[in-house]
Amino acid sequence: MALQAIAFYLLAIVTIGSGLAVVSVRNPVHSVLFLILTFFSAAGLFLLLGAEFLAMLLVVVYVGAVAVLFLFVVMMLDVDFGALKQGFARYMPLGGLVAGILAAEMIVVATAVATGGAASGPREPMAALDGLSNTETIGRVLYTDYVYFFQAAGLVLLVAMIGAIVLTLRHKPGVRRQVIADQVARNAQNGMRSVQIKPGEGMGE
Amino acid sequence: MTIGLSHYLAVAAILFTIGVFGIFVNRKNIIVILMSIELILLAVNINLVAFSVYLHDVVGQIFAMFVLTVAAAEAAVGLAILVTFFRNRGGIAVDDAAVMKG
Repeated sequence: MALQAIAFYLLAIVTIGSGLAVVSVRNPVHSVLFLILTFFSAAGLFLLLGAEFLAMLLVVVYVGAVAVLFLFVVMMLDVDFGALKQGFARYMPLGGLVAGILAAEMIVVATAVATGGAASGPREPMAALDGLSNTETIGRVLYTDYVYFFQAAGLVLLVAMIGAIVLTLRHKPGVRRQVIADQVARNAQNGMRSVQIKPGEGMGE
Repeated sequence: MTIGLSHYLAVAAILFTIGVFGIFVNRKNIIVILMSIELILLAVNINLVAFSVYLHDVVGQIFAMFVLTVAAAEAAVGLAILVTFFRNRGGIAVDDAAVMKG
């Protein structure tokens, strides 16, 4: 039990510390790297809770895809980030005050809910249900009761993919493309022309 | 010192607040704003998983999966808009985004 507590506090401190670093470091590349660390230690917290499937999903989807996408975009866009950081010191005191009050209120409410409120039922974390692994449990619920939601999630991803492609696709001017209609419309009359070339001048263009 | 539900909720609350704080103080840098949104969604996921585990109901983890899906879609579309915006304007200052309306 003590080992679990040590692991929890370690992961929680790393999560919160790197989360703070994400929003406060100057260089956005470092910011993305701290975001990866945040997701990684949050995956550790999920493991500690016994949600192994979601922990692995977090590592694969976020660290593997989303964070690398962020890194790619940050490095691709050549932006003067020093200019974007101005105003940080101006909003810092008020922002910190509001954030501190918000966090304190939410922690008070969460503690009240967890100890005496609606969620104060079973105190022990969920063990493996009749020998099923976490992944199997999720699969049994996801593919039966929530199968339509699962399909809708797939549709969301499809729309997002199409949207991202449509937004970033760019037709460069000056690239010669095949135009089928022009090729089909070509016939013997307009496909050939006879030109009188004056000596010493050539064809022109 | 056993670790209970309230500990996880506290971590999620702090992470959520950091996300809100990040949006508030980095108003010019839209990349950090997008990352702050990811932090907020991560905090929501921690909440969902913690409640799911302590209330012995696996549905919370399924909702967390859907939140993950939507967050990934949001990041992809947001960054695509960002790239297009950068191409058209040559910068990503948020104040310039006002020109996008109508």
